Amino acid sequence: MPENFRVKSSEFIDETNRISFKFNGKTYYGFRGDTLASALLANNVHLVGRSFKYHRPRGIMTSGSEEPNAIVQVNENTDTTEPNVRATEIEIYEGLEASSQNCWPNVNFDIGGINNLISPFLPAGFYYKTFMWPSSFWEKYEYFIRHSAGLGKSPKKKDPDIYDHRYVHCDVLVVGAGISGILAAKNAAKNNLKTLLVDEKNELGGSTLFQNEEFNKIENQSSSEWLKKQIQELKDLKNLEVKVRTSVAAYHGYNYLLARENLTDHLEKKDKQNKVRQRLLKIRAKKVILATGALERPLIFNNNDRPGIMLSSAVKKYADFYGVACGKKIVFFTNNDSAYESALCLHNKGIKVEAIIDIRENSDSKTVKSLEASGIKIHWSHTIVDTHGYKRLNNVSIMKLSKDGMTVTGKKIKISCDCLGMAGGWTPAVHLFTQSGGKLRFDEDNKVFLPSKYPSKQISVGSCSGDFKINSIIKNLDLNLKDFLEIKKTDFENIDVKCDSEKSKRNIWLLPSDKSIGKTKPFVDYQNDATAKDIKLALREGFRSIEHVKRYTTTGMGTDQGKLGNMHALGIIADTADVKMGELGTTTFRPPYTPLTFGTIVGRNVGEFFDIFRRTPMNDWHIEHKAEFENVGQWKRAWYYPVNGETMHEAVQRESKAARESAGILDASTLGKIDIQGSDSSEFLNRVYTNAWSKLAIGNCRYGLMLNEDGMVYDDGVTTRLGENHYIMTTTTGGAANVLGKLEDYLQTEWPELDVYLTSVTDHYATASVCGPNSKKILNKIVPDIELSDENFPHMSFKEAKIGNINCRIMRISFTGELSYEINVQASYGKSVWEKCIEAGKEFNITPYGTETMHLLRAEKGFIIVGQDTDGTMTPVDLQMDWIVSKKKYDFIGKRSLYRSDTMREDRKQLIGLLTDDPSIVLEEGAQIVSELNQNPIQMLGHVTSSYFSPNLNKSIALAVVKGGKDMLGKKLYIPMENKTINVTVSNPVFFDKENLRINA
Amino acid sequence: MFIINCPYCGERDQQEFKAGGEAHIERPKQPTELSDDEWAEYLFMRKNIKGVQFERWNHAHGCRKWFNMVRDTSNDEIKLIYKMGEKPPVE
Ligand SMILES: [Zn+2]
Repeated sequence: MPENFRVKSSEFIDETNRISFKFNGKTYYGFRGDTLASALLANNVHLVGRSFKYHRPRGIMTSGSEEPNAIVQVNENTDTTEPNVRATEIEIYEGLEASSQNCWPNVNFDIGGINNLISPFLPAGFYYKTFMWPSSFWEKYEYFIRHSAGLGKSPKKKDPDIYDHRYVHCDVLVVGAGISGILAAKNAAKNNLKTLLVDEKNELGGSTLFQNEEFNKIENQSSSEWLKKQIQELKDLKNLEVKVRTSVAAYHGYNYLLARENLTDHLEKKDKQNKVRQRLLKIRAKKVILATGALERPLIFNNNDRPGIMLSSAVKKYADFYGVACGKKIVFFTNNDSAYESALCLHNKGIKVEAIIDIRENSDSKTVKSLEASGIKIHWSHTIVDTHGYKRLNNVSIMKLSKDGMTVTGKKIKISCDCLGMAGGWTPAVHLFTQSGGKLRFDEDNKVFLPSKYPSKQISVGSCSGDFKINSIIKNLDLNLKDFLEIKKTDFENIDVKCDSEKSKRNIWLLPSDKSIGKTKPFVDYQNDATAKDIKLALREGFRSIEHVKRYTTTGMGTDQGKLGNMHALGIIADTADVKMGELGTTTFRPPYTPLTFGTIVGRNVGEFFDIFRRTPMNDWHIEHKAEFENVGQWKRAWYYPVNGETMHEAVQRESKAARESAGILDASTLGKIDIQGSDSSEFLNRVYTNAWSKLAIGNCRYGLMLNEDGMVYDDGVTTRLGENHYIMTTTTGGAANVLGKLEDYLQTEWPELDVYLTSVTDHYATASVCGPNSKKILNKIVPDIELSDENFPHMSFKEAKIGNINCRIMRISFTGELSYEINVQASYGKSVWEKCIEAGKEFNITPYGTETMHLLRAEKGFIIVGQDTDGTMTPVDLQMDWIVSKKKYDFIGKRSLYRSDTMREDRKQLIGLLTDDPSIVLEEGAQIVSELNQNPIQMLGHVTSSYFSPNLNKSIALAVVKGGKDMLGKKLYIPMENKTINVTVSNPVFFDKENLRINA
Repeated sequence: MFIINCPYCGERDQQEFKAGGEAHIERPKQPTELSDDEWAEYLFMRKNIKGVQFERWNHAHGCRKWFNMVRDTSNDEIKLIYKMGEKPPVE
């Protein structure tokens, strides 16, 4: 029978609802309302994990999201497993399984604990210093580090849960539902403001719910009774939405906040089914009220990390809220009065408080007097110099503090205890405020950073703004709300508030021990095992900036983002370097405030919803004919059409031969199409393309190359003049949107005087490209009315035609070098026209081919693909396409840059053809090209951009860019690969039909 | 995440917009007359001010119109938005 650590049933714990759960494989029981932490503590389980570097046993320290130690893996070995979850935030449910992280083989016997023994050799920057040399050993070090460190295991399988995103717009967002947040939300809603109140906990009310009833009164009631009535009244407010279990993760500019709403994590497995697990709220608030409260500080002393050492407020909360005693003999260690309130609370519940150790010389507040009267021993002007107990605290040693607080004197006293509550004062939770761009000021009196300059319409109220006493909280809240919300009155102005006051203050960032600091372990960052000693070492080694010290010591870099120890780190740096804390500044708090799951971040945008995709009107036909697809931008394009179990290579070789020997057909619908109209259209094209457009006759087509202003090739395509003031431009598939954007930019900002209108019509037309020596015969069957002779319908010209009743535009243009027609029809007719072409082409064995064959055929002709053979650093001259650059035109986009000294260099990378000496070897695209093998370092001349085995030439061909390649025709070069070196010869990039006879074949 | 007041559509989320770099850099009327250095000045040199900066923005997922913005880069405050072709305000 385990000892019972439940002291008194709490209204938040349902003792009729017993829940079983497993921790590290062992079954325990708790009640509905428990967190994993409270249920474990109720079972006297304090040891829950190991620290990151030294693998020291660690216990539960806090009761909230700031928990640094009790980080667990939930439901290990299932597909819903989640690492790095704070035991203090997990609401238990039947069937919950959790386990300790960062310990191997188990939490009670951890091999990494040896790090603790050798810790004198593991100072700050240890990993940087040790594992960087020799670099060839890195792989071995990495194995060691990964095996012994690591925070949890990520799930291996697909996340089966459902996540959601929701946009929320409100007049007022209130973050935090303590007394300040509740009053703020209530008064905003009462004044007809659409208000959203969120809190990360499952209950509203915050710490006021458990304030000492004797010393904290509002309107002659205990503050908690009064607050409970206020919470009741929230229910009737129409303008108010309240969300619990909702944690604001990020506060961006313009009052844009992201919050995670946890919907099912606290439910039993059967109740989680088919429900949204977590929802990311994207909140845009006209005004934001931060009432995020304050976090209690630990105290920094030797061995302040043993299981059983907790925050004083947490010890109190476990007793008050969960009815759990964190020990049988409890000691408090404090620098302020709040520990006395905790001690009184425990005392009144019958939990033994052994002693209070206070670093102050005295305090005469009512709370302290009341505790003294109860007979509990107070050690004034004392500090803890050491603690003992490996897996659980069993005693503390205390000594008297010197006047200056730098040393200890006198006799060492040992106090036996199994739990220690630390009360180091309060740190306003200004994380969200600073995320929003707010500037802090340091309050020297209270040693806190407080909001100073608000970057948007927001205020901080309550303890996150530095008000720690209920009377000043309420007084200031009333004034601030009236001003901020522009309301005449609040419903709590002039109410009578009484509370105890605290006068005595003493703060020592690093408490002394009787041992030298080198022999102590005063932890500042529990999760990352950074001690005060490490911080001092960093300063000795010359680090001064707080941001550098943080990275060197890893202080504040854990999943808890240094919520507990950050202030102490700053304080120790300031004291050691003898600077003022206000001048030192603070590190940046970055989102998220608490970690978010990937699922929450991506929401529904998973699998096929990850990105939109576009399909051509002929897509169904491709699927029916077993096409393999490739992604080109957002398009799904038919890649090749394997028949009878062909490999990709076999299919592409067959398709390529068929297209040149008889007829092939390609779905070219994805090419970007821009309709250009207006009286200045010709002039516009003159300015955006490198070649001249004024003289292009109506009904003719022209290939154009578009540059960036820096002279580099940006896009290419064929543009057809449909009428006097009407053109249709085609762009590359991937470049369509950017080209339109760029053209719009020039039209709107540089040349607003031009009368030109651009319309994207990519989706409006479907394009079937029929090519090959028999394509004319096929066309003749489809559009018999059109006279297809070279005289009437020559290469690079266009005709309007009808296929049955369907209007179509036919361009005689070619990307393969074959006689070729592109038939454009309204998208909805795309599939039927495609099928007509296939039907008409049957007798000629018309062969559908995909993008791979298209690439191969154009490479045989040496035609470039922008984005494959170019990479934004190639000019038309580099591509040996000087012929398309008009010398006569006064200006076009990028022209001037072609005469810059850099673009005119002879040794720029230039496009060439490559032939392998062994024609059966196909080069790898991206392979590096060299001319000398015996150099050191070897000089890279360029790389292969396109490479195929050409079935029509029966040999391997490649395009490449090579420094000075233009003058290398016939030169032998080498391509060193991992296992062999391939010999190649530079050739003309046009491999097939150099005379261009087939276009008119 | 800004809220941007498109001069043609009104207030919209930043997601709908695309930033287009420094404003009021006019493309030279006669590029061929310029020296390499003068051309490079136009082509490459952009300010990156901490403080008040003149910028071009495009309502890319909306009306597709370009406009000018005066923004304080230190706190992202948008001080002014005005149409293309309109004169920049004097400080
Ligand atoms: Zn707009």
